[in-house]
Amino acid sequence: MTGVAAGLGERLGIDPVLVRTALVVLTLAGGAGVALYLAGWALSHEPEGERLAAPVRREPTLRQTVALGCIVLGLLLLLREAGLWFGDALVWPVALGAAGFTVIWARSDSTDRARWAIVGYRIPGNPFEALFTGRVSLPRIVFGGLLVFSGMAVFLAANDALTLAAVGYVALSVVVTAAGIALIFGPWMARLARQVTDERRERIRSEERAEMAAHLHDSVLHTLALIQRADASPEVATLARRQERELRTWLYGRDLPAGEERLSAAVEAVAARVEQLHNVVVDVVVVGDDPMDERAWAIVHACQEAAINAARHSGAQLVSVYVEAEPDAITAFVRDQGKGFDPDAVPEDRRGIAESIRGRMRRHGGTAVITSEPGEGTEVHLRVPREAA
Amino acid sequence: MNQGRDQAVGAPGPAGEGAAAGQGASRTRVFLVDDHRFFLSGLRAELGAEFEIVGDGGDAEAAVEGIRRTEPDVVLLDVHLPGGGGRSVIEAVHRTRPEVRFLALSVSDAAEDVIAVIRAGARGYVTKSISPADLAAAIRRVRDGDAVFSPRLAGFVLDAFRGRLDGPVDPELDQLTTREQEVLRHIARGYTYKEVARRLHLSVKTVETHVSSVLRKLQLSSRHELTRWATDRRLV
Repeated sequence: MTGVAAGLGERLGIDPVLVRTALVVLTLAGGAGVALYLAGWALSHEPEGERLAAPVRREPTLRQTVALGCIVLGLLLLLREAGLWFGDALVWPVALGAAGFTVIWARSDSTDRARWAIVGYRIPGNPFEALFTGRVSLPRIVFGGLLVFSGMAVFLAANDALTLAAVGYVALSVVVTAAGIALIFGPWMARLARQVTDERRERIRSEERAEMAAHLHDSVLHTLALIQRADASPEVATLARRQERELRTWLYGRDLPAGEERLSAAVEAVAARVEQLHNVVVDVVVVGDDPMDERAWAIVHACQEAAINAARHSGAQLVSVYVEAEPDAITAFVRDQGKGFDPDAVPEDRRGIAESIRGRMRRHGGTAVITSEPGEGTEVHLRVPREAA
Repeated sequence: MNQGRDQAVGAPGPAGEGAAAGQGASRTRVFLVDDHRFFLSGLRAELGAEFEIVGDGGDAEAAVEGIRRTEPDVVLLDVHLPGGGGRSVIEAVHRTRPEVRFLALSVSDAAEDVIAVIRAGARGYVTKSISPADLAAAIRRVRDGDAVFSPRLAGFVLDAFRGRLDGPVDPELDQLTTREQEVLRHIARGYTYKEVARRLHLSVKTVETHVSSVLRKLQLSSRHELTRWATDRRLV
């Protein structure tokens, strides 16, 4: 409880559950476990400051487990000789039962255990998670169950409550209990199993997709890149680029729940639209990502205005769009290396567009700065603060 | 059409610098690694005028063998290769010949691929739609020991170095300085090295120094986020 068992387990390379089980057995054997636990608690201390960097989790080995078992057994015999003893009738059955339990728990594959633990977390508030987190193979269950069962049988027989002939009744009661447990936890177990199946299916699907992506990647994307490099007509090159963009989105796009849009995807979509309508290349770099909200849409739309503006008026073949989602704001830069203009002598129509960019930013508490010089290209710098600015 | 598409390289133009480099005692020796023959022949034609193409390889094994034999200055390397990928080529060659410089060239824009080859030791990354002039300038830059950051790579790096750090970090390696971030942001915005230098009132040499130190950090950083980030961000 205070981490003694966990600490000991970590130190010795044994599963803490085993250490705990051993302590419980010793406790029932005459209270020695309690004394040991208190001693351990008093003698040990949490490492000062931060925990030692990433303790290497050692896999509990069979040898160490057997060693712990021997120590417990030795202690039990010692206590029996010393007279600190509740009596054979209680101690040996408990010890056997505990051994059975640990076999079921500890020998299950640790990766399986981890996976089930992850699945278990998705079902909130399940107190029995620990009991069922091991995916146990049949022989283990049988072996462990036999140990527990014989523990109970010995307990009952030793207490003279029943003769050995009545063991059949014990078996019956065990079966009834098991059935009861199955009834209680059955639905939950079924749900868990279904979830695991779903997960596996999803994994297989994404693996298939990755394989197909690798194929398409090597053949089609190469061809599209070649077309763009060759001296093809601008229309063909634009077409190739658009196809490339669509294919990429499909190949590498993350599956999103319907209705949820991300900033990066929205910016890419805008770029694709501008490219298609105005026959320019729009290079997009997005740093960070965010779900879309009103402000994000405002900046995406302003980006689109700015990019269209650049495509129409600058004469440049390339428009660079850079969007960064920072913790306190979203910033965007739309830049071309075209002919630029003198901001003080803007024709009416361009002023209009600039105002629509500036106005949109202002309405959302943001700013828009347009820098341009004749011959030096144009850059539009947009920024909206995050919520509650 | 694609002129200036990937101005990674901050080159002023195709002619001037290239000619200057060609006047040196010997021409830069370039080795090409790509499994697409069509693409290889295109590259040979484009680069043959300025560089000496000493060989090419279509898979990882042939590439490693060929590079060891021909001892090129710069290797132009496709990220995806049959038999191990560009990353394995870099690692195999660098074991015996750490002075060979690699420039990754790929149709793949997936961040995980890019970060992987850069971390393996490539001096830069450009996409295959780069214009021939820009590609030539990028090769010169790598030959001279500088790093080649395209806007997209700069974006990846900015992205990768963001976010919280759990666990022990080495501020020397695991974080970018304000100045480095500033330089990277400009490159991501589409500015050439020269333009970045002018805008930040630095010399081009200083910009190159910043970029090189970012590359070094990217290759040496112990941030486990770099790997995690790259694997869960497959979006282009």
